[in-house]
Amino acid sequence: MSEYLIEARNLVRTFGTRKARVTAVDDVSFGIREGEVVCLVGESGCGKTTTGKMITSLLKPTTGQVLYQGRPVWRPDGRKADDFKTYRLGVQIIHQDPYASLNPSHTIYKILSTPLLHHKLVASPAEAMTRVVELLNTVGLGPVEDFLTKYPHQLSGGQRQRVSVARALTVNPRCIVADEAVSMVDVSIRVGLLNILSDLKRTLGVTYLFITHDLAVAKFFAWEGRIAVMYVVSIVEFASTPQLINSALHPYSKALLAAVPEADPELTRHKQRLQLRSQDIPSLLALPSGCRFHPRCPFFEPGLCDVQRPELTLLEDNHYVACHVAARQAGVAGA
Amino acid sequence: METVTTLGPTSPPLSVRDLWVEYRAERGLVKAVRGVSFDLASEESLALIGESGCGKTTLGVALIRLLVKTARIRQGEVIYRRDGRAVDVLGLNPRELRRFRWRECAMVFQSALNAFNPVLRIWDQIHDTAQAHGMVSRDEVRRRAMQLLEQVQLDPRRVIDAYSHELSGGMRQRVLLAMSLLLNPQVLILDEPTTALDILTQRTIIDLLRRLKADVGFSMIFISHDLSTAAELADRVATMYAGTIVEIGPVNDIFYRPAHPYTLGLIRAVPTVTGEFEELRSIPGAPPDLIDPPEGCKFHPRCPYATPQCRTEEPVLQPYYGETHAVACFNVARVQQDTGDLGARFSQSLGDSIL
Repeated sequence: MSEYLIEARNLVRTFGTRKARVTAVDDVSFGIREGEVVCLVGESGCGKTTTGKMITSLLKPTTGQVLYQGRPVWRPDGRKADDFKTYRLGVQIIHQDPYASLNPSHTIYKILSTPLLHHKLVASPAEAMTRVVELLNTVGLGPVEDFLTKYPHQLSGGQRQRVSVARALTVNPRCIVADEAVSMVDVSIRVGLLNILSDLKRTLGVTYLFITHDLAVAKFFAWEGRIAVMYVVSIVEFASTPQLINSALHPYSKALLAAVPEADPELTRHKQRLQLRSQDIPSLLALPSGCRFHPRCPFFEPGLCDVQRPELTLLEDNHYVACHVAARQAGVAGA
Repeated sequence: METVTTLGPTSPPLSVRDLWVEYRAERGLVKAVRGVSFDLASEESLALIGESGCGKTTLGVALIRLLVKTARIRQGEVIYRRDGRAVDVLGLNPRELRRFRWRECAMVFQSALNAFNPVLRIWDQIHDTAQAHGMVSRDEVRRRAMQLLEQVQLDPRRVIDAYSHELSGGMRQRVLLAMSLLLNPQVLILDEPTTALDILTQRTIIDLLRRLKADVGFSMIFISHDLSTAAELADRVATMYAGTIVEIGPVNDIFYRPAHPYTLGLIRAVPTVTGEFEELRSIPGAPPDLIDPPEGCKFHPRCPYATPQCRTEEPVLQPYYGETHAVACFNVARVQQDTGDLGARFSQSLGDSIL
């Protein structure tokens, strides 16, 4: 048995035609233990959603492998592994946009009962109803009778996102990939939704890959877990949440933490900033040589950073960083 | 422009009094803005915060009378002042209104991605605007445009002949800012200026706005659902709920000494990145239906402090702490008892910043 419930191994994904190819994810590897929360944090275009889609096999990796319970999801010939269905049921996704991810012509009951009946997880329609009611209660949508016959357009954004959570739960998954699951939900409702997701971790032992651009949400949701920071198609730092928030080592993570506005006027106006050399985000069509962050990095060393790609290296306890300068400072050679 | 009265130099550029805006909808009238009053001081930055549907964008758009056809300003007053003259914005005829917009009061709309005409170069859009407002000299407009683009930290030569799709989100937002300043407006209204931008881009826009405001000296109203942008940029903050301002005050008062349960709820629901883990509390329930809002205080169904009075009577804004902080709540004293921990956060962050 593997140490991890789900594991990404050297995932690469490219898009485009033979003429023009774009690399969206390059050599991403990480593992998530049973019951753990791993957050994937990064700015738009860094490849975090593509990674999430490969983890749920909504996208097939160009190269690399996804392992579920230690077993590869894809066969060497590119076909689905024999026990693909176990994996499919075991790993579910909650999409970002609750306005686009629910079928508008289906009632809430239909949305939630379809997977139950399709996968024969219930023996009869009556049993399906019981289970749907249970699911709606789990996500705090009550009184349940009010919701069963409603259509998605009759619900608010927050309520819709709760239906999305309930739908992910129908097949009793062991892992949920939440892709910006709370970013379109209003502030006052957001914490409620995050707490529901946290409760599922406690009561059902659900494992999470939580994808977000919001560092504050990542910190709140994954305080006992780990955060992986992605920058331009790769992971640049991977550490426990308190380590990453309080003592980040990669210059990009540091820049993010220093730049993020905080809902506290004194704190946010007196933060130490990290001045970048450039504000331009590199085009995926022309990725920088060496370290992808080198054109913007304030610690850039010519002849090193622009030539050699830094590997994700263990610098401290459970703290992986892909940076030549940070590695040298930590006394680790050959990063 | 028509002069209504003559005023002293200290009068605020913008005064809004008892403004009501409604939308016609199939089910009935949506009361989007209900009796809003505030003054915008000279070179001040006022944040309107609140969740989606609270009426903050409607309020912003109503100030320059760009409301959609189904909307109607039922009553109220918007007085704009410059150089000792005052005009009633709601009384302007279409020609005067055209002059008022952009020249006196410019708006930067949400979603910089969609604000440009995709088949025109940036230069053509700037030139069109300048022409429409009576700047005839092409060379002069070009000079002014280059200067403004430089002011927003763009490379003018690269940007001015580009199409909007060739620019990144942050660049487009900066071009919009530059364009809004083209005619030297005294008041700038920004709708969600940093929403949908990445963290590092957000940071450049925030720093840029702060610098521009200091250099150019305009007043600004910015609309945001994001408390952290308000914490960064605002001198004063107004919390909106169900179409009305429920609390208004200096930024530190609002964040460290909030007096309205909704403001307190919002602050407690937002995590900060720096520091240790903190428990967050959500606000139960959902925002009200503005076609058929609840009786009394519109927040009472979600409010932990609600009393029978709140269910029948709607509180109005009243001075709370000094002259600058006002709140619309019957239970201020009880809310105040619960804000102590925020005060501690204040002194702590002050202490940290000194260290």
